[in-house]
Amino acid sequence: MSRAAEDEAEPGPGAGWPLWEVFVRPRRGLAHTHAGSVHAPDAELALRNARDLFTRRGEGVSLWVVPAAAVTASSPDERDPFFRPTADKPYRHPTFYEVPEGVRHL
Amino acid sequence: MNARAETEHAGDGTRDHTANDTAGHAAAFERTIAADERIEPRDWMPDAYRATLVRQIAQHAHSEIIGMQPEADWITRAPSLRRKAILIAKVQDEAGHGLYLYGAAETLGTSRDELLDKLHAGRHKYSSIFNYPTLTWADVGAIGWLVDGAAITNQVPLCRCSYGPYARAMVRICKEESFHQRQGYELLHTLAHGTSAQRAMAQDAVDRWWWPSLMMFGPPDDASPRTEQSMAWRIKRHTNDELRQRFVDICVPQAEALGLTLPDPELRWNEERGHWDFGPVDWAEFRAVLAGEGPCNEERVSRRRRAHAEGAWVREAASAYAAKHPRGGAAPHVPTAPTVGAGAS
Repeated sequence: MSRAAEDEAEPGPGAGWPLWEVFVRPRRGLAHTHAGSVHAPDAELALRNARDLFTRRGEGVSLWVVPAAAVTASSPDERDPFFRPTADKPYRHPTFYEVPEGVRHL
Repeated sequence: MNARAETEHAGDGTRDHTANDTAGHAAAFERTIAADERIEPRDWMPDAYRATLVRQIAQHAHSEIIGMQPEADWITRAPSLRRKAILIAKVQDEAGHGLYLYGAAETLGTSRDELLDKLHAGRHKYSSIFNYPTLTWADVGAIGWLVDGAAITNQVPLCRCSYGPYARAMVRICKEESFHQRQGYELLHTLAHGTSAQRAMAQDAVDRWWWPSLMMFGPPDDASPRTEQSMAWRIKRHTNDELRQRFVDICVPQAEALGLTLPDPELRWNEERGHWDFGPVDWAEFRAVLAGEGPCNEERVSRRRRAHAEGAWVREAASAYAAKHPRGGAAPHVPTAPTVGAGAS
């Protein structure tokens, strides 16, 4: 159903540095959102690179970097069967229900 | 989201599946395009769509980082601290734009190292405009106004490109480019209202950069064989000639406001078309510069190669440090509880 990404072997110094996914919290009260990715040899440099790349104009108050290889993603090929269980359950939406005329605050 | 995870299945449609599956995938791809929705990295896509995107995004990324050179030439000679700080910030932005774009190309299964190797080997092209020299300080202004202005005209429609990661990179880039264009316009405006020598310098810069800027939109529509397919795939939203016309229409009143002229005797308002008519672009020059005969082609690529080689020790040191400190060094806060759901920062 889902597979973890595999990291590539490093062909030499500087080449093939691992990829890190970058998440930025734009301001307090909002969730971290995926902004893009950076290459870096370690987490500390990944954070610094992400800061220089994605927050040059005050776009964030907090940064996460996550090794891309640590992300497990659902497969687009199985998107339909994987997410289908939600499709036949309209009763999970409030609009499914009929409310008698004149009833308020419901 | 994850370039590696996303590209891992990149070729699934053609590699692992039967012809029926491929037909099904192709139909799903066409439906997504027709609905004006975005293709995302792990979706099945035709090989030619992928190749077209890699070529276009790579050329775009290369243009951003090669484009740092003509302007960086003036950092040490900027006339004031204010102008110097602005120029440094702009050149840094161009590096950032290159990185966003290399990142977008990587989601298609092409590594940044591979793309840089091809640039350094002269096997990949970048925008021909960066093969012209920046002869005076006014060129910094003309580049901001005209070259970045042409880039914005090209790039705004790319924010709606059918490939998600490219479109998202373009949104960030367009936001930042508008600062680039304005600082150039302000710089030229200052010169155009300065001494007669400053004014002449501004006019000379506009004279030299106008035609190469029009070439940035690429060959005319009848000589642009890839345009039709790119528009069908909704990678491009407008033809080269449409965008070129839009740019001319925008620039004419802006030049008037500067008090400068554009170097085209055939420029006149066409009431019937509702557009400015302009003279023929010298496509022979465009092809020559693209083919390597521009004033600075050799210098740009060799300087890029040298910078890469001279940075090798930094990359090696960073790798060595990472190998010695497998936890990633001293600084990062390592959360002891799950952070994603809890929203800890």
